[in-house]
Amino acid sequence: MSRTAILSAIRRGLKRGPLPADQQAMLTSRLKTHPRGLIPARGQLDLPGRIALFTNQAEREFATVAHLAAPAEIPAAIAAYLARLHLPPTLTISPHPALRAIPFAATPALQIRSGTALPAESTCLTLAFAGIAETGTLLLPSGPQTPTTNNILPDNSLVLLPAARITASYEDAFDLLRAEASLPRNVMLITGPSRSADIEQTLELGAHGPRRLHILILDGQG
Amino acid sequence: MLQSLAAFKENATSAIGNAGLQRALARAKPHFAKKRQAAIDLLPEFEALREAAKNIKDHTIAHLDFYLEIYAAAVEASGGTVHWCSTAQDARAAVLKICQTAGVRTVTKGKSMVTEEIALNPFLEANGITPVETDLGEYILQLRGETPSHIIAPAFHLNREDWEESFRKSHADLPADRVFRERRDLLTEARGKLREKFLTADAGITGANFLIAESGTSVIVTNEGNGDLTQTLPRVHIVVTSIEKVVPTIEDTLTLLRVLARSATGQEMSVYTTFSTGPRRAADTDGPQEYHAVLLDNGRSAMAGTEFQDMLRCIRCAACMNHCPVYGAIGGHAYGSIYPGPMGAVLTPMLSGIETAGNLPNASTFCGKCESVCPVKIPLPNLMRHWREREFERHLSPPAQRYGLAIWAWFAKRPALYRAATRAAALGLSLMGHKQGRFTWLPFASAWTKTRDFPAPEGDTFFAQYAARQKARNQ
Repeated sequence: MSRTAILSAIRRGLKRGPLPADQQAMLTSRLKTHPRGLIPARGQLDLPGRIALFTNQAEREFATVAHLAAPAEIPAAIAAYLARLHLPPTLTISPHPALRAIPFAATPALQIRSGTALPAESTCLTLAFAGIAETGTLLLPSGPQTPTTNNILPDNSLVLLPAARITASYEDAFDLLRAEASLPRNVMLITGPSRSADIEQTLELGAHGPRRLHILILDGQG
Repeated sequence: MLQSLAAFKENATSAIGNAGLQRALARAKPHFAKKRQAAIDLLPEFEALREAAKNIKDHTIAHLDFYLEIYAAAVEASGGTVHWCSTAQDARAAVLKICQTAGVRTVTKGKSMVTEEIALNPFLEANGITPVETDLGEYILQLRGETPSHIIAPAFHLNREDWEESFRKSHADLPADRVFRERRDLLTEARGKLREKFLTADAGITGANFLIAESGTSVIVTNEGNGDLTQTLPRVHIVVTSIEKVVPTIEDTLTLLRVLARSATGQEMSVYTTFSTGPRRAADTDGPQEYHAVLLDNGRSAMAGTEFQDMLRCIRCAACMNHCPVYGAIGGHAYGSIYPGPMGAVLTPMLSGIETAGNLPNASTFCGKCESVCPVKIPLPNLMRHWREREFERHLSPPAQRYGLAIWAWFAKRPALYRAATRAAALGLSLMGHKQGRFTWLPFASAWTKTRDFPAPEGDTFFAQYAARQKARNQ
């Protein structure tokens, strides 16, 4: 059997049999404590500093960022964004309570649907679990209320990010995720809109994922 | 086209004369080096992270059997299946069986060098399954019937007119008089064409940049988003990967990610870094219903405990080839191997045998640039030297080279004679060539002077100059 053959070949090469119990225990304890490696100093800032760094880094990677003071401002901000880019005023929101609670009824110009993105989806609104200041990266876990499809299928991706969830490092964001439950089926780290440099090493935005990434940072949310 | 491995010398000569390729190389080489340096200049911790990344990989390889078993158990616990495959043939058979059992007719593919290594596409086609490459570079290569010339920029050897020509020929249903004003128009056309493939494929095949033991997770790193559409939309997700990709924890992976994109494309982070763990969960509304990890060995386990073990650290960033003067002169196809450049020169003889791949470790000037940019500090020149030794020991090197070395060794063992002979040669060549400083032709060296000039010695040998200086100093 291949499994036995591969493991035996590795052990033969390393000139030992299966690891002794004490060594296995040490490695198991390393897995349990999953120690952090070196974390760059760049993101180690207070919350306003992390928000500012996140914004700079995300914009550097061709995302756009808007800062909003309250959930009531979201519908008008989205309507204005879509109008400015001459995009259809339709929006599919991931079926998450935090997104369904947004008072869209006040902005009737927007056509809202809640659910999973359809093949020809123009724009989706998703909820980031965390933002990582270090590189302006969003962390989006999968789940019944946050389908992965909505992150990648639409032409335009709008992401709501509560400011308080902006962490210094990837490690901090994964700690938050580990605290919630077991690892979700899919966890995406997203840094900017889709792109390719496959044609003559020249960067072009809008490959197979969203052509635009617009991040709505919502202040004062815990 | 992938050229024959054995014909490396002929391939290299024809690559140097290929104007289109030379144009592509002239464009790509400074681009990659500049972008990498810019990213590193922004991160003061980069050197320390390289050391940390190396240590993580060394720790994992020293306990590879343990971590592979932990990884496999975690995949099974998440509802996925692991297929252990000793050879390329085993891996192809495993993928086919998964496809046949699930009634798969079409597969979309994310970029994967391991599927190139096992020649998966022709095998699937021969068995009635249609593979569709979805990475933009891989897509055009599939249209043209070519193989990648670079491990992260597979179609860098093509110029814009090649793209236009292939798209016009292959997308015959679109208006023939359409105009491609910018590169973006090519990208948009490919996006439209591949959209329907993503939505209708039965299975998605991706590679993995990392496998995480603690959680049984596969990680892919892409910029286009094709890998995510490939692994999210179809009902079956097959990860074709290899045993050295495993790392213990998420935190270990994060350290490696900090050096990967910076070394590869000069990005601080790739656009999409995605962690996938098993098939869709009970309440999920999307994601694959089946998750398979096809775990390939193909010569890797035999590297453990040998002088080539360091090569198992490789994270396939391509920095070595992006900075290699040999790769920069001839591109990737001339190597005739799936993995080109310095990392390919070390890895390929392990996968294909030193008998057929013996020329590759010789394709190096030993300038050491590859080692200096490697994010996991693989001593690539040293490993190539080990292959040269093995090739020589097994009498696989050509007779002229062996006789030449024997003659040199005879002189080298007689220092006085050696110094006199080299001094005479250096002075002679210096006298003959001092006007131009170089030779465009030399007797017995026409193979060298055909493609490059031979520099004329400045004057006396090092030994003679050293002795003269010591004498002057002592006086």
